[in-house]
Amino acid sequence: MKHVFIIILVVFSLFEDQKSEANTQDLKVLNFDELQSYLGSKDESKTYVVNFWATWCAPCVKELPYFEQLNANYVNKSVEVILVSLDFPKQIDTKLKPFLKKHNLKSEVLVLDDVDSNTWIPKVNKNWSGAIPATLIYNKDKKEFYERSFDYQGLETQLKQFIK
Amino acid sequence: MKNTLKTFFALITIVALSSFTNVDEGQGYHIGDIATDFDLENIDGNKVSMKDYKDAKGFIIVFTCNTCPYAVAYEDRVEALNKKYADKGYPVIAIMPNNTDVKPGDNMDAMKARAKAKGFTFPYLMDEGQKIYPQYGATKTPHVYVLERTKKGHEVKYIGAIDDNYKDASAVTKTYVEDAVDALLVGKEVPEATTRAIGCSIKV
Repeated sequence: MKHVFIIILVVFSLFEDQKSEANTQDLKVLNFDELQSYLGSKDESKTYVVNFWATWCAPCVKELPYFEQLNANYVNKSVEVILVSLDFPKQIDTKLKPFLKKHNLKSEVLVLDDVDSNTWIPKVNKNWSGAIPATLIYNKDKKEFYERSFDYQGLETQLKQFIK
Repeated sequence: MKNTLKTFFALITIVALSSFTNVDEGQGYHIGDIATDFDLENIDGNKVSMKDYKDAKGFIIVFTCNTCPYAVAYEDRVEALNKKYADKGYPVIAIMPNNTDVKPGDNMDAMKARAKAKGFTFPYLMDEGQKIYPQYGATKTPHVYVLERTKKGHEVKYIGAIDDNYKDASAVTKTYVEDAVDALLVGKEVPEATTRAIGCSIKV
């Protein structure tokens, strides 16, 4: 019985460690399956705006402030923005992290590291050619995919279709 | 219980993510379409068209540029494709589709410099006026079209990525373009005719 308690304690402490790591701005680097289960573990009552971007993608960087603005303006309306970075893994420390620090992004940032794009791109959307920026908006009732850039107004117009 | 719920939502999301169907597919070429020829300026100042290649059996058309990290990651592999297949009848023709006002790093001078630095042996053409890439339906760099010269014209036989690992050429397991051209060279069907890869959106 004593052993069981110890095991439980160890397991809990492992979870605690993971949690504190996530809080200290350690980026989650996920393959596509992990990304799917992670998104699947989120709150079903919310609307999610998932933006695929990279620091090297100029139009992506240009529209990031609009996603940040959307996240701030709609946080009370059960909307959550998630920024999925496709930065090259070897540039996470040299480019992505300094970028995140500099721009102080408030939305959650994940890194998708999965070279088998021919398998996972059609799972995001069957018509996605793979160009970024690209954005997914979904909730339990509805989902839309956009292979395009947004300004704030355009983004908000799309989002409003999900939360009326 | 919580885990059961999580699993449930995970499954819902997987189903949701798998079934999005609202982007129109109609733009650009599909497999079997006849691709337009072009007459575009090369880095040496001459114009290049497919009709100039009297002996070609087909072409490997690569929409690419200087400024996209994915395109840069594939430069050496594009050069290798030309070395391997030009003599077999499938030369590479690279076309730079970006608006150079938006991306000055892709202008003709920059293209010349890049081609010289990398020793490109294939033509590197400017899509002046951005008239060609929309007809093909290219959306990003790099974006490859393998064409076969048939009686009907230049028939689209493959659209997509060069291979399945942008990060590491030595870790590639599927050489999509090579597999396509190899099949065409022996008169077989292309094993995987369309593939996807991440790339930089073409700048308009």
